[in-house]
Amino acid sequence: MSKRIALVGMPNTGKSTLFNRLTGAGAKVGNWPGLTVELLSAKLLLGDSMVELVDLPGLHNLHGFSEDERVARHFIETQPVNGLLVVLNATQLERQLALVLQLKALGLPMLLALNMADEAASRGIRIQLDTLSEKLGLPICLVSAKHGHGVPELRQALTAWLHRHPDLATAQARVLAEDDNIEHTLDTLLAQTVHVPPVLSPSHTDRLDSLLLHPWLGLPLFFLIMLTVFQVVYGLGAPLQDGFGWLLDAVKTRWLAPAIAGLPAWAISFLLEGLYDGIGTVMTFLPIIVVFFLAMAVVEDSGYLARAAFLMDALMSRMGLDGRAFVLQLMGFGCNVPAMMGARVIRSRAQRILTMMTIPFSLCSARLQVFLFFTTAVFSPRAAPWVLFSLYVISFAVTFLTAWIWRGRARHGADPLLMELPPYRLPTLSVLTRQSLRESGHFLRQAGGFIILGVALVWFLTHFPLDAAPASPATLAGRLASLMEPIFSPLGIDQLLSIALLFGFVAKEVVIGALAVIYGAGGDQLSGILAQRLDWIQAYSFMLFTLVYTPCLSALATLRREAGGSRYMWASLVWSLGIAWLLSFAFYQTARALTQ
Amino acid sequence: MTKLCSLNTVPAGRCCIIMRIDADSDLTARMRALGLQLGRRIQVMRRSPFQGPIQVRSGQTDIIIRRADAAAVQVRPCDPNIEHCPANESECN
Ligand SMILES: Nc1nc2c(ncn2[C@@H]2O[C@H](COP(=O)(O)OP(=O)(O)O)[C@@H](O)[C@H]2O)c(=O)[nH]1
Repeated sequence: MSKRIALVGMPNTGKSTLFNRLTGAGAKVGNWPGLTVELLSAKLLLGDSMVELVDLPGLHNLHGFSEDERVARHFIETQPVNGLLVVLNATQLERQLALVLQLKALGLPMLLALNMADEAASRGIRIQLDTLSEKLGLPICLVSAKHGHGVPELRQALTAWLHRHPDLATAQARVLAEDDNIEHTLDTLLAQTVHVPPVLSPSHTDRLDSLLLHPWLGLPLFFLIMLTVFQVVYGLGAPLQDGFGWLLDAVKTRWLAPAIAGLPAWAISFLLEGLYDGIGTVMTFLPIIVVFFLAMAVVEDSGYLARAAFLMDALMSRMGLDGRAFVLQLMGFGCNVPAMMGARVIRSRAQRILTMMTIPFSLCSARLQVFLFFTTAVFSPRAAPWVLFSLYVISFAVTFLTAWIWRGRARHGADPLLMELPPYRLPTLSVLTRQSLRESGHFLRQAGGFIILGVALVWFLTHFPLDAAPASPATLAGRLASLMEPIFSPLGIDQLLSIALLFGFVAKEVVIGALAVIYGAGGDQLSGILAQRLDWIQAYSFMLFTLVYTPCLSALATLRREAGGSRYMWASLVWSLGIAWLLSFAFYQTARALTQ
Repeated sequence: MTKLCSLNTVPAGRCCIIMRIDADSDLTARMRALGLQLGRRIQVMRRSPFQGPIQVRSGQTDIIIRRADAAAVQVRPCDPNIEHCPANESECN
């Protein structure tokens, strides 16, 4: 019979880090309460048995009612397990042990891992492990998941513990533990086992906070930091991208083209101008995406996101949102889908849905690709980063506008904002490596999946019938585009570009690939063509539209699932299309009128 | 009788003791999980401008809480320089 252990703990105690340590599998790590939102499980060999380890979302207490706490509690109450591996932050036992006492009432075998041993040591906190273990009647290990200290011992303890509890058990119908009782037990327990130095000297976190959370400097510093991060990504990623593009081009002309020269013309066109150019152009973004996600990982792991929530909450509350929504917005810079799922930490339904409606306007990495391509093609190198920055600003502006207009009920049922401000932490190299490997894997899988399909379909639409000139009005794409012409010409978006937008509906990653196929050119050549055909007003109008026009298919599907109904999905779709059109229209017409 | 005041009115840097929490059971449980519970000595670290949230330290945990929610927490302020909160009222202002 298979064995199963559930990993339980309060948010941000290092469950994911420990999960990664034990199983070698990739769970996402971040110094922000509430990041584990999906049940992640992996196999782990303990002694001679294979065990399934399930990482549950963070849980403050057994009476918690946020969406993610519900998931964790439901799992604990209904799924048979051999036992619970409870992760606690060793520096905060005074509040975290309460969860252990509550969990004990469930009657499941438990093993405690006191994590962050390194931080506890540096703060001078001493824990009498033997006494604590004896009083609680539970085996306890002191570990540092981040640095790997104590993890081999934890494995041994787990193996021995499993031997003692070989059978799956289900939680007993819960006796609602008397919390006052718990508190009393807890105080006695703590007094006997945990020694905290009476006066803590101000830590580096305190010193950094007095600057970064300064009443007046805090917000300007925040924007400065974000701007720096993007400058770094841009400065590091752009040359890498150029190099990669050059390489792909060289492979095509020196090697690929001669190799398939014998094939019929349409097949060459399909392989070279369809698949290779399409996918290759998307692939040139791999380096910049990796750099981008590395930077995101550093920001997430640093603990600064929770500070951003603190700084922005006053502003966000005026729009029916809160600081957490702002942070999810920032996380959406990577990909909107996990950011939407992160909204589960918000308890009020109205506010959670409002938050999810705003996240699609967050400028995700797929859109970043489109914008990087266009800004480098059409704008001067000096102007390009600023153009890009302006798009981020607009992304926030549209978010705020959306929240403000739709705030409705969320304004009243204000969800209490109550969250931990974790200490600043530096990510380890292994976390960063894992993160970038995961992101590039994700990117490659996408490129290998629907991007191939997308570009193949675009090639077909722009080349059929075969006797027509590619992408000319006689092709399928051409006919489709002339149907859409009345909608797009007031925005300065020509027919060929509108075809690419159509495919961007599936995923924004396809847009650049589609353009490469439509114009029959990849990489630098495509940039050249775009620079010739578009002036900056048209290019910017196209980017505005791309930024806002629709959440991609997977974002829409997530919205439907998380909001529990297609109503919000349709609302989001119609709203974003409408506002995208108005925005581009207003920009294009005004800019044209002014530059006449 | 000791004079109580709401946590949202305590100035930054000040220590206080939680005497009463007037919130629903869900919020109370959550506050407790983060270290805001009766009898705890806490310190207000900073208050963000524009009526934003306040940062409170309870034991080893720093939390942020909105002023509206902090209003539900009734505290007895005390002198930050005294390590254990004074038992008698005159030292507490
Ligand atoms: N100093 C220290 N930091 C840790 C340790 N374990 C995890 N962390 C950090 O704590 C933060 C939260 O970790 P994570 O695994 O995402 O916690 P989860 O929310 O419980 O899954 C991250 O910044 C980790 O790098 C540890 O043993 N020592």
